[in-house]
Amino acid sequence: MKRRLTGSAAARQAPRWAIYVPLGAYLLFTLVPFYWILLFAFRKSGSTALVPWPLTLEHFSTVWNGAGFGVFFKNSVIIAVLTVLLTTVIALAGGYALARFRFRGKGAIMILMLCTQFVPGAMMLIPLFDIFRTTHLINTLWSIVVADAVFHLPLSIILMAGFIRNIPIELEEASWVDGCGRFRGFRMTVMPLLRPGVVAISSFAFISSWNNFLFALMFLNSQDQFTIPVGLSYMLGEYSVDFGALAAGGVVAVVPVVLVFAYVQRFLVQGLSAGGVKG
Amino acid sequence: MAVLSTASPPAAPPRRKRHRPRERWTPYLLLAPAGLLLTIFLIYPIGSVVYYSLYKYNVTKPWDNGFVGLENYRTMLSDDLFWQSLLFTGQWVVVEVSLQLVFGLALALVINETFVGRAISRALVFSPWAVSGVLTTTIWLLIYNPTTGFGRYLADAGIGEYGTSLLTEPGSAFWAAVLAELWRGVPFFAILILADLQSISGDLYEAAEVDGAGRFRRFWSITLPHLRAAIILSTLLRAVWEFNNVDLLYTLTGGGPGNATMTLPLYVARKAVDAKEFGYGSALTMAAFVILAVCSITYLWLARAGKEAQ
Repeated sequence: MKRRLTGSAAARQAPRWAIYVPLGAYLLFTLVPFYWILLFAFRKSGSTALVPWPLTLEHFSTVWNGAGFGVFFKNSVIIAVLTVLLTTVIALAGGYALARFRFRGKGAIMILMLCTQFVPGAMMLIPLFDIFRTTHLINTLWSIVVADAVFHLPLSIILMAGFIRNIPIELEEASWVDGCGRFRGFRMTVMPLLRPGVVAISSFAFISSWNNFLFALMFLNSQDQFTIPVGLSYMLGEYSVDFGALAAGGVVAVVPVVLVFAYVQRFLVQGLSAGGVKG
Repeated sequence: MAVLSTASPPAAPPRRKRHRPRERWTPYLLLAPAGLLLTIFLIYPIGSVVYYSLYKYNVTKPWDNGFVGLENYRTMLSDDLFWQSLLFTGQWVVVEVSLQLVFGLALALVINETFVGRAISRALVFSPWAVSGVLTTTIWLLIYNPTTGFGRYLADAGIGEYGTSLLTEPGSAFWAAVLAELWRGVPFFAILILADLQSISGDLYEAAEVDGAGRFRRFWSITLPHLRAAIILSTLLRAVWEFNNVDLLYTLTGGGPGNATMTLPLYVARKAVDAKEFGYGSALTMAAFVILAVCSITYLWLARAGKEAQ
Protein backbone atom coordinates (compact mmCIF):
# COMPACT_ATOMS: atom_id res chain seq x y z
CA MET A 1 0.00 0.00 0.00
CA LYS A 2 2.79 2.35 0.94
CA ARG A 3 4.53 1.66 -2.35
CA ARG A 4 1.66 3.05 -4.30
CA LEU A 5 1.96 6.42 -2.56
CA THR A 6 5.61 7.13 -3.27
CA GLY A 7 6.23 9.09 -6.44
CA SER A 8 8.86 6.84 -7.95
CA ALA A 9 6.65 3.80 -7.45
CA ALA A 10 4.19 5.15 -9.97
CA ALA A 11 6.97 5.30 -12.54
CA ARG A 12 7.92 1.74 -11.63
CA GLN A 13 4.46 0.48 -12.50
CA ALA A 14 4.31 -1.45 -15.72
CA PRO A 15 2.11 0.06 -18.43
CA ARG A 16 -1.47 -1.21 -18.24
CA TRP A 17 -1.37 -3.16 -21.51
CA ALA A 18 1.76 -5.02 -20.41
CA ILE A 19 -0.32 -6.44 -17.56
CA TYR A 20 -3.74 -6.97 -19.10
CA VAL A 21 -2.70 -8.45 -22.46
CA PRO A 22 -0.59 -11.37 -21.16
CA LEU A 23 -2.91 -11.83 -18.21
CA GLY A 24 -5.95 -11.94 -20.44
CA ALA A 25 -4.29 -14.46 -22.75
CA TYR A 26 -3.32 -16.65 -19.82
CA LEU A 27 -6.79 -16.41 -18.26
CA LEU A 28 -8.23 -17.66 -21.56
CA PHE A 29 -5.85 -20.64 -21.51
CA THR A 30 -6.88 -21.41 -17.92
CA LEU A 31 -10.60 -20.86 -18.19
CA VAL A 32 -11.56 -22.20 -21.62
CA PRO A 33 -10.88 -25.84 -20.57
CA PHE A 34 -13.03 -25.32 -17.46
CA TYR A 35 -15.73 -23.83 -19.62
CA TRP A 36 -15.54 -26.75 -22.02
CA ILE A 37 -16.28 -29.32 -19.33
CA LEU A 38 -19.10 -27.20 -17.88
CA LEU A 39 -20.53 -26.88 -21.39
CA PHE A 40 -20.74 -30.63 -21.87
CA ALA A 41 -21.96 -31.26 -18.34
CA PHE A 42 -24.94 -28.89 -18.63
CA ARG A 43 -25.79 -29.15 -22.34
CA LYS A 44 -28.43 -31.50 -23.73
CA SER A 45 -27.07 -34.59 -25.48
CA GLY A 46 -26.84 -34.10 -29.23
CA SER A 47 -26.68 -30.33 -29.09
CA THR A 48 -23.68 -28.59 -30.65
CA ALA A 49 -24.36 -25.11 -29.34
CA LEU A 50 -21.45 -23.30 -27.72
CA VAL A 51 -23.56 -22.26 -24.75
CA PRO A 52 -25.21 -24.82 -22.46
CA TRP A 53 -28.71 -23.56 -23.11
CA PRO A 54 -31.29 -24.86 -22.39
CA LEU A 55 -29.62 -26.15 -19.23
CA THR A 56 -30.09 -29.77 -18.31
CA LEU A 57 -29.23 -31.74 -15.20
CA GLU A 58 -29.86 -35.15 -16.80
CA HIS A 59 -26.12 -35.91 -17.06
CA PHE A 60 -25.71 -35.37 -13.34
CA SER A 61 -28.48 -37.78 -12.47
CA THR A 62 -27.03 -40.29 -14.95
CA VAL A 63 -23.59 -40.13 -13.44
CA TRP A 64 -24.66 -39.86 -9.80
CA ASN A 65 -27.14 -42.75 -9.83
CA GLY A 66 -26.39 -44.75 -12.98
CA ALA A 67 -22.59 -44.65 -13.00
CA GLY A 68 -22.32 -44.88 -9.20
CA PHE A 69 -20.71 -41.49 -8.55
CA GLY A 70 -22.90 -41.09 -5.47
CA VAL A 71 -21.05 -44.02 -3.89
CA PHE A 72 -17.65 -42.90 -5.25
CA PHE A 73 -18.23 -39.45 -3.83
CA LYS A 74 -19.01 -40.87 -0.39
CA ASN A 75 -15.87 -43.05 -0.51
CA SER A 76 -13.69 -40.13 -1.59
CA VAL A 77 -15.05 -37.97 1.24
CA ILE A 78 -14.45 -40.67 3.88
CA ILE A 79 -10.89 -41.26 2.65
CA ALA A 80 -10.07 -37.55 2.42
CA VAL A 81 -11.43 -36.72 5.88
CA LEU A 82 -9.62 -39.61 7.59
CA THR A 83 -6.39 -38.83 5.72
CA VAL A 84 -6.55 -35.16 6.70
CA LEU A 85 -7.14 -36.00 10.37
CA LEU A 86 -4.37 -38.59 10.49
CA THR A 87 -1.86 -36.40 8.63
CA THR A 88 -2.57 -33.23 10.58
CA VAL A 89 -2.46 -34.77 14.07
CA ILE A 90 0.74 -36.71 13.42
CA ALA A 91 2.34 -33.73 11.66
CA LEU A 92 1.49 -31.49 14.63
CA ALA A 93 3.28 -33.82 17.03
CA GLY A 94 6.25 -34.45 14.75
CA GLY A 95 6.56 -30.84 13.64
CA TYR A 96 6.51 -29.66 17.24
CA ALA A 97 9.29 -32.07 18.17
CA LEU A 98 11.46 -30.87 15.28
CA ALA A 99 10.75 -27.19 15.92
CA ARG A 100 11.08 -27.02 19.68
CA PHE A 101 13.56 -29.67 20.81
CA ARG A 102 17.19 -30.34 20.25
CA PHE A 103 17.90 -34.04 20.31
CA ARG A 104 20.23 -36.66 18.99
CA GLY A 105 19.44 -37.76 15.46
CA LYS A 106 17.38 -34.71 14.54
CA GLY A 107 19.51 -33.83 11.52
CA ALA A 108 19.38 -37.39 10.26
CA ILE A 109 15.60 -37.48 10.63
CA MET A 110 15.22 -34.24 8.66
CA ILE A 111 17.43 -35.55 5.84
CA LEU A 112 15.62 -38.88 5.79
CA MET A 113 12.28 -37.12 5.48
CA LEU A 114 13.52 -34.94 2.64
CA CYS A 115 14.82 -38.05 0.88
CA THR A 116 11.39 -39.70 0.99
CA GLN A 117 10.19 -36.95 -1.36
CA PHE A 118 12.16 -38.65 -4.12
CA VAL A 119 10.41 -41.99 -3.79
CA PRO A 120 8.23 -42.61 -6.84
CA GLY A 121 4.62 -43.40 -5.99
CA ALA A 122 4.76 -46.18 -8.55
CA MET A 123 7.58 -47.73 -6.52
CA MET A 124 5.28 -48.23 -3.54
CA LEU A 125 2.54 -49.95 -5.52
CA ILE A 126 4.00 -53.44 -5.40
CA PRO A 127 5.24 -53.66 -1.78
CA LEU A 128 2.18 -51.87 -0.37
CA PHE A 129 -0.11 -54.18 -2.32
CA ASP A 130 1.63 -57.10 -0.63
CA ILE A 131 1.43 -55.56 2.84
CA PHE A 132 -2.24 -54.74 2.48
CA ARG A 133 -2.99 -58.19 1.12
CA THR A 134 -1.38 -59.95 4.08
CA THR A 135 -3.10 -57.60 6.57
CA HIS A 136 -6.44 -57.97 4.75
CA LEU A 137 -6.66 -54.23 4.18
CA ILE A 138 -6.73 -54.66 0.42
CA ASN A 139 -9.92 -53.39 -1.16
CA THR A 140 -10.78 -51.36 1.95
CA LEU A 141 -10.78 -47.59 2.22
CA TRP A 142 -8.21 -47.87 5.04
CA SER A 143 -5.52 -49.01 2.63
CA ILE A 144 -5.86 -45.74 0.74
CA VAL A 145 -6.00 -43.66 3.92
CA VAL A 146 -2.78 -45.19 5.23
CA ALA A 147 -0.95 -45.05 1.90
CA ASP A 148 -1.99 -41.44 1.26
CA ALA A 149 -1.18 -40.28 4.78
CA VAL A 150 2.22 -41.93 4.83
CA PHE A 151 3.13 -40.54 1.46
CA HIS A 152 2.13 -37.06 2.51
CA LEU A 153 3.49 -37.11 6.08
CA PRO A 154 7.16 -36.14 5.59
CA LEU A 155 6.38 -32.92 3.73
CA SER A 156 3.58 -32.07 6.19
CA ILE A 157 5.94 -32.53 9.15
CA ILE A 158 8.64 -30.38 7.57
CA LEU A 159 6.13 -27.62 6.72
CA MET A 160 4.52 -27.82 10.16
CA ALA A 161 7.94 -27.50 11.85
CA GLY A 162 8.50 -24.35 9.77
CA PHE A 163 5.18 -22.85 10.84
CA ILE A 164 5.78 -23.67 14.53
CA ARG A 165 9.30 -22.22 14.41
CA ASN A 166 7.81 -18.91 13.25
CA ILE A 167 5.83 -18.61 16.49
CA PRO A 168 7.97 -17.06 19.25
CA ILE A 169 8.88 -19.60 21.91
CA GLU A 170 8.61 -16.88 24.57
CA LEU A 171 4.82 -17.19 24.43
CA GLU A 172 5.03 -20.83 25.42
CA GLU A 173 7.65 -20.15 28.06
CA ALA A 174 5.38 -17.59 29.65
CA SER A 175 2.64 -20.20 29.88
CA TRP A 176 5.03 -22.68 31.55
CA VAL A 177 5.90 -20.03 34.15
CA ASP A 178 2.16 -19.77 34.76
CA GLY A 179 2.14 -23.47 35.53
CA CYS A 180 1.03 -24.98 32.25
CA GLY A 181 2.54 -28.23 31.04
CA ARG A 182 3.85 -28.72 27.52
CA PHE A 183 0.53 -29.85 26.10
CA ARG A 184 -1.64 -27.25 27.77
CA GLY A 185 0.84 -24.48 27.00
CA PHE A 186 0.88 -25.55 23.36
CA ARG A 187 -2.89 -25.62 23.16
CA MET A 188 -3.30 -22.22 24.80
CA THR A 189 -0.52 -20.22 23.14
CA VAL A 190 0.68 -21.92 19.93
CA MET A 191 -2.50 -23.47 18.59
CA PRO A 192 -4.42 -20.20 18.08
CA LEU A 193 -1.50 -18.69 16.14
CA LEU A 194 -0.92 -21.86 14.17
CA ARG A 195 -4.34 -21.81 12.53
CA PRO A 196 -3.15 -20.63 9.08
CA GLY A 197 -0.45 -23.30 9.08
CA VAL A 198 -2.85 -26.04 10.08
CA VAL A 199 -5.35 -24.87 7.48
CA ALA A 200 -2.68 -24.87 4.77
CA ILE A 201 -1.30 -28.30 5.65
CA SER A 202 -4.67 -29.98 6.04
CA SER A 203 -5.83 -28.46 2.76
CA PHE A 204 -2.76 -29.79 0.95
CA ALA A 205 -3.53 -33.19 2.45
CA PHE A 206 -7.16 -32.92 1.42
CA ILE A 207 -6.39 -31.96 -2.17
CA SER A 208 -3.74 -34.62 -2.68
CA SER A 209 -5.91 -37.29 -1.08
CA TRP A 210 -8.98 -36.27 -3.09
CA ASN A 211 -6.91 -36.39 -6.28
CA ASN A 212 -4.98 -39.58 -5.58
CA PHE A 213 -5.41 -42.05 -8.37
CA LEU A 214 -2.69 -44.68 -8.56
CA PHE A 215 -3.06 -46.17 -5.06
CA ALA A 216 -6.84 -46.30 -5.38
CA LEU A 217 -6.58 -47.91 -8.81
CA MET A 218 -4.23 -50.59 -7.48
CA PHE A 219 -5.70 -51.32 -4.04
CA LEU A 220 -9.45 -51.05 -4.65
CA ASN A 221 -11.03 -53.60 -6.95
CA SER A 222 -14.74 -53.68 -6.24
CA GLN A 223 -16.93 -50.94 -7.57
CA ASP A 224 -18.55 -50.12 -4.23
CA GLN A 225 -15.10 -49.09 -2.91
CA PHE A 226 -14.03 -46.93 -5.87
CA THR A 227 -13.08 -43.29 -5.44
CA ILE A 228 -13.97 -40.52 -7.88
CA PRO A 229 -10.69 -40.53 -9.85
CA VAL A 230 -10.93 -44.31 -10.32
CA GLY A 231 -14.57 -44.00 -11.38
CA LEU A 232 -13.61 -41.30 -13.88
CA SER A 233 -10.75 -43.36 -15.27
CA TYR A 234 -13.07 -46.30 -15.92
CA MET A 235 -15.49 -44.01 -17.73
CA LEU A 236 -12.60 -42.71 -19.83
CA GLY A 237 -11.68 -46.25 -20.75
CA GLU A 238 -15.13 -47.24 -21.96
CA TYR A 239 -15.51 -48.07 -25.61
CA SER A 240 -18.35 -45.64 -26.28
CA VAL A 241 -18.03 -42.77 -23.87
CA ASP A 242 -21.13 -40.83 -22.82
CA PHE A 243 -19.44 -37.42 -22.93
CA GLY A 244 -22.20 -35.59 -21.10
CA ALA A 245 -22.03 -38.01 -18.18
CA LEU A 246 -18.23 -37.94 -18.24
CA ALA A 247 -18.21 -34.14 -18.06
CA ALA A 248 -20.78 -34.19 -15.25
CA GLY A 249 -18.57 -36.69 -13.38
CA GLY A 250 -15.65 -34.31 -13.85
CA VAL A 251 -17.66 -31.42 -12.43
CA VAL A 252 -18.60 -33.55 -9.40
CA ALA A 253 -14.89 -34.29 -8.95
CA VAL A 254 -13.77 -30.68 -9.19
CA VAL A 255 -16.28 -28.92 -6.93
CA PRO A 256 -14.81 -29.92 -3.52
CA VAL A 257 -11.21 -29.08 -4.47
CA VAL A 258 -12.23 -25.77 -5.95
CA LEU A 259 -14.08 -24.85 -2.75
CA VAL A 260 -11.13 -25.82 -0.56
CA PHE A 261 -8.73 -24.09 -2.93
CA ALA A 262 -10.74 -20.87 -3.00
CA TYR A 263 -10.52 -20.82 0.78
CA VAL A 264 -6.79 -21.54 1.10
CA GLN A 265 -5.30 -19.78 -1.87
CA ARG A 266 -5.00 -16.57 0.16
CA PHE A 267 -2.85 -18.41 2.71
CA LEU A 268 -0.89 -20.21 0.04
CA VAL A 269 1.38 -17.40 -1.08
CA GLN A 270 1.56 -15.76 2.36
CA GLY A 271 2.33 -19.05 4.09
CA LEU A 272 5.09 -19.87 1.67
CA SER A 273 6.67 -16.44 1.78
CA ALA A 274 6.53 -16.47 5.58
CA GLY A 275 9.15 -19.18 5.36
CA GLY A 276 7.01 -22.25 5.42
CA VAL A 277 9.15 -23.81 2.71
CA LYS A 278 12.52 -22.43 3.56
CA GLY A 279 12.14 -22.78 7.35
CA MET B 1 17.86 -2.26 42.63
CA ALA B 2 20.39 -4.18 44.67
CA VAL B 3 17.71 -6.34 46.15
CA LEU B 4 16.34 -7.19 42.77
CA SER B 5 19.70 -8.12 41.30
CA THR B 6 20.56 -10.47 44.15
CA ALA B 7 17.21 -12.13 43.74
CA SER B 8 17.38 -12.72 40.02
CA PRO B 9 20.71 -14.47 39.23
CA PRO B 10 19.71 -17.98 40.32
CA ALA B 11 16.76 -17.90 37.94
CA ALA B 12 18.21 -19.57 34.89
CA PRO B 13 17.16 -18.16 31.50
CA PRO B 14 13.84 -19.79 30.60
CA ARG B 15 15.45 -21.25 27.49
CA ARG B 16 17.03 -23.89 29.74
CA LYS B 17 13.60 -25.36 30.35
CA ARG B 18 13.84 -27.02 26.98
CA HIS B 19 16.47 -29.35 28.35
CA ARG B 20 14.74 -30.48 31.48
CA PRO B 21 16.00 -34.05 31.91
CA ARG B 22 12.55 -35.60 32.20
CA GLU B 23 11.84 -34.25 28.74
CA ARG B 24 14.69 -36.11 27.12
CA TRP B 25 12.33 -38.64 25.61
CA THR B 26 9.55 -36.22 24.68
CA PRO B 27 10.72 -35.46 21.12
CA TYR B 28 11.10 -39.15 20.38
CA LEU B 29 7.63 -39.86 21.75
CA LEU B 30 6.17 -37.08 19.63
CA LEU B 31 7.88 -38.41 16.53
CA ALA B 32 7.01 -42.04 17.30
CA PRO B 33 3.67 -42.23 15.43
CA ALA B 34 5.22 -40.72 12.32
CA GLY B 35 8.29 -42.92 12.64
CA LEU B 36 6.20 -46.05 13.09
CA LEU B 37 3.99 -45.37 10.07
CA LEU B 38 6.92 -44.36 7.88
CA THR B 39 8.93 -47.43 8.85
CA ILE B 40 6.14 -49.90 8.17
CA PHE B 41 4.66 -48.32 5.06
CA LEU B 42 7.57 -46.51 3.44
CA ILE B 43 11.00 -47.72 4.54
CA TYR B 44 10.20 -51.42 4.80
CA PRO B 45 8.46 -51.40 1.38
CA ILE B 46 11.51 -49.77 -0.22
CA GLY B 47 13.64 -52.56 1.22
CA SER B 48 11.23 -55.18 -0.03
CA VAL B 49 11.38 -53.74 -3.55
CA VAL B 50 15.11 -54.57 -3.57
CA TYR B 51 14.19 -58.09 -2.44
CA TYR B 52 11.39 -58.61 -4.97
CA SER B 53 13.58 -57.38 -7.79
CA LEU B 54 15.67 -60.55 -7.36
CA TYR B 55 12.61 -62.78 -7.68
CA LYS B 56 10.27 -63.88 -10.37
CA TYR B 57 7.02 -62.81 -8.80
CA ASN B 58 3.67 -62.68 -10.51
CA VAL B 59 0.58 -62.96 -8.32
CA THR B 60 -1.45 -64.40 -11.16
CA LYS B 61 1.10 -67.16 -11.84
CA PRO B 62 2.18 -68.35 -8.37
CA TRP B 63 3.53 -71.69 -9.66
CA ASP B 64 6.24 -69.88 -11.58
CA ASN B 65 7.60 -67.71 -8.75
CA GLY B 66 11.06 -68.04 -7.25
CA PHE B 67 14.51 -66.61 -6.78
CA VAL B 68 16.17 -65.67 -10.06
CA GLY B 69 19.12 -63.53 -8.95
CA LEU B 70 19.92 -60.71 -11.36
CA GLU B 71 17.76 -62.17 -14.13
CA ASN B 72 15.24 -59.29 -13.94
CA TYR B 73 18.00 -56.71 -14.32
CA ARG B 74 19.46 -58.58 -17.28
CA THR B 75 16.02 -58.66 -18.91
CA MET B 76 15.72 -54.96 -18.26
CA LEU B 77 19.01 -54.06 -19.95
CA SER B 78 17.92 -55.84 -23.12
CA ASP B 79 14.35 -54.49 -22.94
CA ASP B 80 13.95 -51.92 -25.72
CA LEU B 81 10.91 -50.42 -24.04
CA PHE B 82 12.97 -49.74 -20.89
CA TRP B 83 15.51 -47.65 -22.83
CA GLN B 84 12.82 -46.00 -24.90
CA SER B 85 10.78 -45.07 -21.84
CA LEU B 86 13.89 -43.79 -20.08
CA LEU B 87 14.68 -41.52 -23.02
CA PHE B 88 11.10 -40.32 -23.16
CA THR B 89 11.07 -39.63 -19.41
CA GLY B 90 14.07 -37.33 -19.84
CA GLN B 91 12.43 -35.53 -22.74
CA TRP B 92 9.13 -35.20 -20.86
CA VAL B 93 10.72 -33.83 -17.67
CA VAL B 94 12.99 -31.33 -19.46
CA VAL B 95 10.26 -29.98 -21.75
CA GLU B 96 7.63 -29.79 -19.01
CA VAL B 97 9.81 -28.22 -16.33
CA SER B 98 11.40 -25.61 -18.58
CA LEU B 99 8.11 -24.54 -20.16
CA GLN B 100 6.38 -24.45 -16.78
CA LEU B 101 9.23 -22.39 -15.33
CA VAL B 102 9.21 -19.82 -18.15
CA PHE B 103 5.44 -19.36 -18.11
CA GLY B 104 5.25 -19.55 -14.31
CA LEU B 105 7.92 -16.88 -13.92
CA ALA B 106 6.23 -14.60 -16.44
CA LEU B 107 2.86 -15.13 -14.79
CA ALA B 108 4.27 -14.43 -11.33
CA LEU B 109 5.88 -11.18 -12.54
CA VAL B 110 2.62 -10.00 -14.12
CA ILE B 111 0.47 -10.93 -11.16
CA ASN B 112 2.87 -9.31 -8.70
CA GLU B 113 2.05 -5.88 -10.15
CA THR B 114 -0.72 -3.76 -8.63
CA PHE B 115 -3.80 -3.62 -10.84
CA VAL B 116 -7.57 -3.73 -10.68
CA GLY B 117 -8.90 -7.29 -10.38
CA ARG B 118 -5.66 -8.76 -9.08
CA ALA B 119 -7.13 -10.90 -6.30
CA ILE B 120 -9.68 -12.59 -8.52
CA SER B 121 -7.29 -13.15 -11.43
CA ARG B 122 -4.81 -14.66 -9.02
CA ALA B 123 -7.34 -17.13 -7.69
CA LEU B 124 -8.43 -18.02 -11.22
CA VAL B 125 -4.99 -18.59 -12.75
CA PHE B 126 -3.84 -20.62 -9.74
CA SER B 127 -6.90 -22.87 -9.73
CA PRO B 128 -5.71 -25.66 -12.11
CA TRP B 129 -3.01 -26.44 -9.51
CA ALA B 130 -5.68 -28.19 -7.41
CA VAL B 131 -7.02 -30.28 -10.30
CA SER B 132 -6.10 -33.96 -10.40
CA GLY B 133 -4.35 -35.72 -13.25
CA VAL B 134 -7.40 -37.82 -14.06
CA LEU B 135 -9.63 -34.76 -14.14
CA THR B 136 -7.11 -32.94 -16.34
CA THR B 137 -7.34 -35.88 -18.71
CA THR B 138 -11.15 -35.72 -18.64
CA ILE B 139 -11.10 -32.03 -19.50
CA TRP B 140 -8.47 -32.21 -22.23
CA LEU B 141 -9.89 -35.35 -23.73
CA LEU B 142 -13.11 -33.44 -24.33
CA ILE B 143 -11.00 -30.79 -26.07
CA TYR B 144 -8.92 -33.22 -28.17
CA ASN B 145 -11.65 -35.71 -29.05
CA PRO B 146 -12.75 -35.49 -32.70
CA THR B 147 -16.47 -35.45 -31.87
CA THR B 148 -16.46 -33.16 -28.83
CA GLY B 149 -13.30 -31.15 -29.27
CA PHE B 150 -12.17 -27.90 -30.83
CA GLY B 151 -11.24 -29.77 -34.00
CA ARG B 152 -14.89 -30.25 -34.90
CA TYR B 153 -15.74 -26.58 -34.45
CA LEU B 154 -12.66 -25.54 -36.40
CA ALA B 155 -13.69 -27.93 -39.18
CA ASP B 156 -17.17 -26.37 -39.12
CA ALA B 157 -15.44 -23.05 -39.74
CA GLY B 158 -13.46 -24.56 -42.62
CA ILE B 159 -10.12 -25.05 -40.81
CA GLY B 160 -8.68 -28.57 -40.82
CA GLU B 161 -10.58 -31.81 -41.31
CA TYR B 162 -13.24 -33.67 -39.39
CA GLY B 163 -12.35 -36.71 -37.36
CA THR B 164 -8.70 -35.93 -36.60
CA SER B 165 -7.39 -36.38 -33.09
CA LEU B 166 -4.09 -35.07 -31.80
CA LEU B 167 -3.75 -38.16 -29.63
CA THR B 168 -3.43 -40.72 -32.43
CA GLU B 169 -0.13 -39.51 -33.94
CA PRO B 170 3.03 -40.01 -31.83
CA GLY B 171 4.38 -36.50 -32.43
CA SER B 172 1.17 -34.60 -31.84
CA ALA B 173 0.24 -36.86 -28.90
CA PHE B 174 3.41 -35.72 -27.16
CA TRP B 175 2.59 -32.04 -27.56
CA ALA B 176 -1.06 -32.62 -26.67
CA ALA B 177 0.04 -34.22 -23.41
CA VAL B 178 2.60 -31.45 -22.81
CA LEU B 179 -0.08 -28.78 -23.22
CA ALA B 180 -2.50 -30.51 -20.83
CA GLU B 181 0.21 -30.96 -18.19
CA LEU B 182 1.35 -27.37 -18.70
CA TRP B 183 -2.17 -26.21 -17.96
CA ARG B 184 -2.07 -27.59 -14.44
CA GLY B 185 1.70 -27.25 -13.90
CA VAL B 186 2.33 -23.54 -14.49
CA PRO B 187 0.43 -22.45 -11.34
CA PHE B 188 2.87 -24.41 -9.15
CA PHE B 189 5.79 -22.25 -10.33
CA ALA B 190 3.70 -19.10 -10.32
CA ILE B 191 2.71 -19.67 -6.67
CA LEU B 192 6.24 -20.45 -5.44
CA ILE B 193 7.90 -17.65 -7.41
CA LEU B 194 5.24 -15.11 -6.43
CA ALA B 195 5.82 -15.99 -2.76
CA ASP B 196 9.50 -15.30 -3.23
CA LEU B 197 8.96 -12.11 -5.27
CA GLN B 198 6.98 -10.65 -2.40
CA SER B 199 9.95 -10.98 -0.10
CA ILE B 200 12.09 -8.60 -2.21
CA SER B 201 12.34 -5.24 -0.50
CA GLY B 202 10.95 -2.33 -2.52
CA ASP B 203 13.94 -0.23 -1.37
CA LEU B 204 16.24 -2.22 -3.63
CA TYR B 205 14.24 -1.24 -6.69
CA GLU B 206 14.08 2.37 -5.59
CA ALA B 207 17.84 2.48 -5.11
CA ALA B 208 18.37 0.89 -8.54
CA GLU B 209 16.05 3.42 -10.06
CA VAL B 210 17.95 6.30 -8.49
CA ASP B 211 21.04 4.81 -10.10
CA GLY B 212 19.26 4.95 -13.45
CA ALA B 213 18.64 1.25 -13.95
CA GLY B 214 15.90 0.47 -16.47
CA ARG B 215 13.11 -2.07 -16.13
CA PHE B 216 15.04 -4.89 -17.76
CA ARG B 217 18.23 -4.09 -15.86
CA ARG B 218 16.31 -4.16 -12.56
CA PHE B 219 14.86 -7.54 -13.41
CA TRP B 220 18.25 -8.92 -14.40
CA SER B 221 20.28 -7.55 -11.49
CA ILE B 222 17.80 -7.63 -8.60
CA THR B 223 14.87 -9.92 -9.28
CA LEU B 224 16.61 -12.88 -10.90
CA PRO B 225 19.49 -13.20 -8.39
CA HIS B 226 16.98 -12.98 -5.56
CA LEU B 227 14.83 -15.72 -7.12
CA ARG B 228 17.82 -18.00 -7.72
CA ALA B 229 17.34 -20.25 -4.69
CA ALA B 230 13.58 -20.45 -5.20
CA ILE B 231 14.03 -21.36 -8.87
CA ILE B 232 16.56 -24.09 -8.10
CA LEU B 233 14.33 -25.57 -5.40
CA SER B 234 11.10 -25.36 -7.38
CA THR B 235 12.58 -26.79 -10.59
CA LEU B 236 14.05 -29.72 -8.65
CA LEU B 237 10.78 -30.42 -6.81
CA ARG B 238 8.85 -30.18 -10.04
CA ALA B 239 11.27 -32.33 -12.02
CA VAL B 240 10.98 -35.06 -9.40
CA TRP B 241 7.22 -34.68 -9.45
CA GLU B 242 6.97 -34.77 -13.25
CA PHE B 243 9.25 -37.79 -13.31
CA ASN B 244 7.16 -39.68 -10.77
CA ASN B 245 3.63 -38.62 -11.53
CA VAL B 246 1.87 -40.93 -13.94
CA ASP B 247 -1.82 -40.04 -13.46
CA LEU B 248 -2.14 -37.83 -16.52
CA LEU B 249 -0.24 -39.96 -19.02
CA TYR B 250 -1.78 -43.17 -17.67
CA THR B 251 -5.26 -41.92 -18.41
CA LEU B 252 -4.68 -39.55 -21.36
CA THR B 253 -2.45 -41.62 -23.63
CA GLY B 254 -1.84 -44.78 -21.59
CA GLY B 255 1.74 -44.51 -22.86
CA GLY B 256 0.58 -44.67 -26.47
CA PRO B 257 0.24 -44.41 -29.34
CA GLY B 258 2.60 -47.35 -29.71
CA ASN B 259 4.44 -46.62 -26.43
CA ALA B 260 5.47 -43.20 -27.77
CA THR B 261 4.56 -41.46 -24.50
CA MET B 262 5.62 -44.18 -22.05
CA THR B 263 7.63 -42.84 -19.11
CA LEU B 264 9.60 -45.20 -16.91
CA PRO B 265 7.30 -44.87 -13.86
CA LEU B 266 4.33 -45.32 -16.17
CA TYR B 267 5.93 -48.51 -17.46
CA VAL B 268 6.31 -49.63 -13.82
CA ALA B 269 2.69 -48.79 -13.10
CA ARG B 270 1.48 -50.72 -16.14
CA LYS B 271 3.61 -53.73 -15.17
CA ALA B 272 2.31 -53.58 -11.59
CA VAL B 273 -1.35 -52.69 -12.10
CA ASP B 274 -2.16 -54.34 -15.41
CA ALA B 275 0.31 -57.21 -15.77
CA LYS B 276 0.90 -57.94 -12.06
CA GLU B 277 4.55 -58.59 -12.95
CA PHE B 278 5.85 -57.69 -9.49
CA GLY B 279 9.40 -59.03 -9.85
CA TYR B 280 10.25 -57.29 -13.09
CA GLY B 281 8.28 -54.20 -12.03
CA SER B 282 10.44 -53.98 -8.89
CA ALA B 283 13.63 -54.12 -10.95
CA LEU B 284 12.33 -51.29 -13.16
CA THR B 285 11.39 -49.36 -10.03
CA MET B 286 14.89 -49.73 -8.61
CA ALA B 287 16.30 -48.35 -11.86
CA ALA B 288 13.89 -45.40 -11.77
CA PHE B 289 14.75 -44.64 -8.16
CA VAL B 290 18.52 -44.77 -8.66
CA ILE B 291 18.40 -42.70 -11.84
CA LEU B 292 16.22 -40.07 -10.16
CA ALA B 293 18.48 -39.88 -7.10
CA VAL B 294 21.65 -39.55 -9.23
CA CYS B 295 20.07 -36.85 -11.41
CA SER B 296 18.81 -34.88 -8.40
CA ILE B 297 22.17 -34.97 -6.63
CA THR B 298 23.98 -33.95 -9.83
CA TYR B 299 21.55 -31.09 -10.33
CA LEU B 300 22.02 -29.78 -6.78
CA TRP B 301 25.79 -30.15 -7.10
CA LEU B 302 25.81 -28.24 -10.40
CA ALA B 303 23.62 -25.52 -8.89
CA ARG B 304 26.03 -25.14 -5.99
CA ALA B 305 29.07 -25.17 -8.24
CA GLY B 306 27.37 -22.49 -10.35
CA LYS B 307 26.87 -20.35 -7.27
CA GLU B 308 30.49 -20.65 -6.18
CA ALA B 309 31.68 -19.74 -9.67
CA GLN B 310 29.81 -16.43 -9.54
